[in-house]
Amino acid sequence: MPVIEVQQLSKSYGPLQALENLSFQVEKGEIFGLIGPDGAGKTTLFRILATLLLPDQGSIQLCGLDGIKEYKKIRQMLGYMPGRFSLYQDLTVEENLEFFASVFGASIQKNYDLIAPIYTQIEPFKDRRAGALSGGMKQKLALCCALIHRPKVLLLDEPGTGVDPVSRQEFWEMLADLRRYGITMLVSTPNMDEAELCDRIALIQHGNIMAIDTPSGITNSFQHPLFAVRSDNMYTLIKELREMEGVKDCYAFGEYAHVKLEPSIAPTDTTAKIFQFLENNGHTQIDIKPTAPTIEDCFIELMKS
Amino acid sequence: MTRFSAFVQKEFRHILRDRRTLMILFGMPVIQVLLFGYVLTNEIKNASIAVLDPAKTEESIALTNKLVSSGYFQLEQNLVSQEELDRSFRSGKIKMAIVFPSDFIVDPSKPSSIQLIGDASDPNTATSLIQYANAIIADFVQEKAQDTGMASNQLTIRTETRMRYNPEQKAVFNFVPGVMTLILMLVSAMMTSITIAREKELGTMEVLLVSPLKPVQIILGKTAPYLALTLLNALVVVLVGIYIFGMPLKGSILLLTAECVLYMFVALSLGIFISTKAKDQMTAMFISALGLMMPTMLLSGFIFPRESMPVPLQVIGSAIPATWFNPIIKGIMIKGTGLDVLWKQTAVLGGMAIFFLAVSLRNFKDRL
Repeated sequence: MPVIEVQQLSKSYGPLQALENLSFQVEKGEIFGLIGPDGAGKTTLFRILATLLLPDQGSIQLCGLDGIKEYKKIRQMLGYMPGRFSLYQDLTVEENLEFFASVFGASIQKNYDLIAPIYTQIEPFKDRRAGALSGGMKQKLALCCALIHRPKVLLLDEPGTGVDPVSRQEFWEMLADLRRYGITMLVSTPNMDEAELCDRIALIQHGNIMAIDTPSGITNSFQHPLFAVRSDNMYTLIKELREMEGVKDCYAFGEYAHVKLEPSIAPTDTTAKIFQFLENNGHTQIDIKPTAPTIEDCFIELMKS
Repeated sequence: MTRFSAFVQKEFRHILRDRRTLMILFGMPVIQVLLFGYVLTNEIKNASIAVLDPAKTEESIALTNKLVSSGYFQLEQNLVSQEELDRSFRSGKIKMAIVFPSDFIVDPSKPSSIQLIGDASDPNTATSLIQYANAIIADFVQEKAQDTGMASNQLTIRTETRMRYNPEQKAVFNFVPGVMTLILMLVSAMMTSITIAREKELGTMEVLLVSPLKPVQIILGKTAPYLALTLLNALVVVLVGIYIFGMPLKGSILLLTAECVLYMFVALSLGIFISTKAKDQMTAMFISALGLMMPTMLLSGFIFPRESMPVPLQVIGSAIPATWFNPIIKGIMIKGTGLDVLWKQTAVLGGMAIFFLAVSLRNFKDRL
């Protein structure tokens, strides 16, 4: 039985449709990623799952309990980390942890094994006010506080926001480590590169789920030959390549531009063709290489189709 | 540690670590008591008075009528004895009393004297009333002289002024209780409404709501620390009043404390009520300041006598807790009155507390 089951969920704020007919399931012990840009409806979905908002339509089930009628029971099983830093800035690290443990009726000693890998990293700063912590440490503390009562389900709304890349990497390693306790995790992020760290992901845009699969399943479904291209004039390069015959799409991707070709075009001599095309247009320092599609490429593809 | 006590401990930490909160909590009461030293005089209309007139001579009746028809006074009671006079003052029914001698006549052969007794627990009002009465009596003598064709200096009525409860007419007797009502209202209502709004604003309310804490635990957990600190505050203000300004404390300390706790409870429940409506700290502050502070200062009778307000403002004033608490605290401290007199005000405050608490518990949502 899935731990989280969402069926045909809709929610609107006045004329704004935040969620539209959303359905998905999350299995026990899974890290399920909700990937989408700001304003896609991720936070609304989290608040509904945390039983803080009522949906207009549809149903949710958590651990076999009805999310609307049995919300009080569900709250006992939830660990919820809202998008904003939601700890008390004027309390110390230790006081925050103690407070949340007491409020949830848990004991730090009893559940220490669960948080130990994370808490030991911030323990040297346990007498520091939470407001004076770095972004990465705040996030680790928030995770400890959300875990201290051994929740069955962990809802993490954009835990990577405002955190440096190294801390973010560590954070994901901690989540992966938590899987062995059978904790089911729902994580949202606008960063496509974090998607690959999830077991399964849902790509969400304008309140709709565009695709649900494993990260490799999503990238494997990408049908187009893909190249990364770079030259001395990236601005005109993108504009010109979009006009080139056989090119489906071209968009900026880091320092490179990704060139997506029609699926029918054989990738054999394409590199040379593109090179020739760019040289004719007066580009220098041209660099072309075939590249594997990422989640972001798939997202852009789905968004435009 | 239980859920609730952990919550209360957390609240204490918030308060004690925030310098601004502490300043408002402990700095403001003292500063205000020291600042409100002005004597604000205001015109008073229809003040309740009593007359003790054993002689009931033609002249005493004429003078009484003249006083009452001036518009400043309203005859509340015709007294028969000195004891009755004491009782009326203690119950706060009258603001001034006029005592005629048993042989009152206005005659050139013998100057007569009248006693004017003011309730100086409200010194502004008492002074104004005595002044009005003196002017009217002088006018009365003048007319009498003209009627009988005598020179005005041939007739005299001497007035003898006495002040009850506050013979030196210290304004502190008025503003120390007034500041107490204001401060207790401010700290209790404003601070609680802000502290709940702050949790909403910072996003911590989301986590609290998801936690097994019950709404009533959140509400009481928020109010308990303020109840304790405000009681301490009340004590500071009373001590400043007694030791710096020489206020008396004639009534029971126990009763005073109990009434303070009751009043604070009203204020706290009002604060929670505001917070259930306010989404952020600014809104909470705005509603508390505009909706509570100003009416408490202006309409409760703390600065301006309620007697001289237009009726609609008097009606609004009677919906303000401070209006009922002001006479309680003055009665206990200055006159030494007990529950036998103050039961009505106490009952009104009790009703208000229950009302606001019930409404806010109903309004407190355990969802966003």
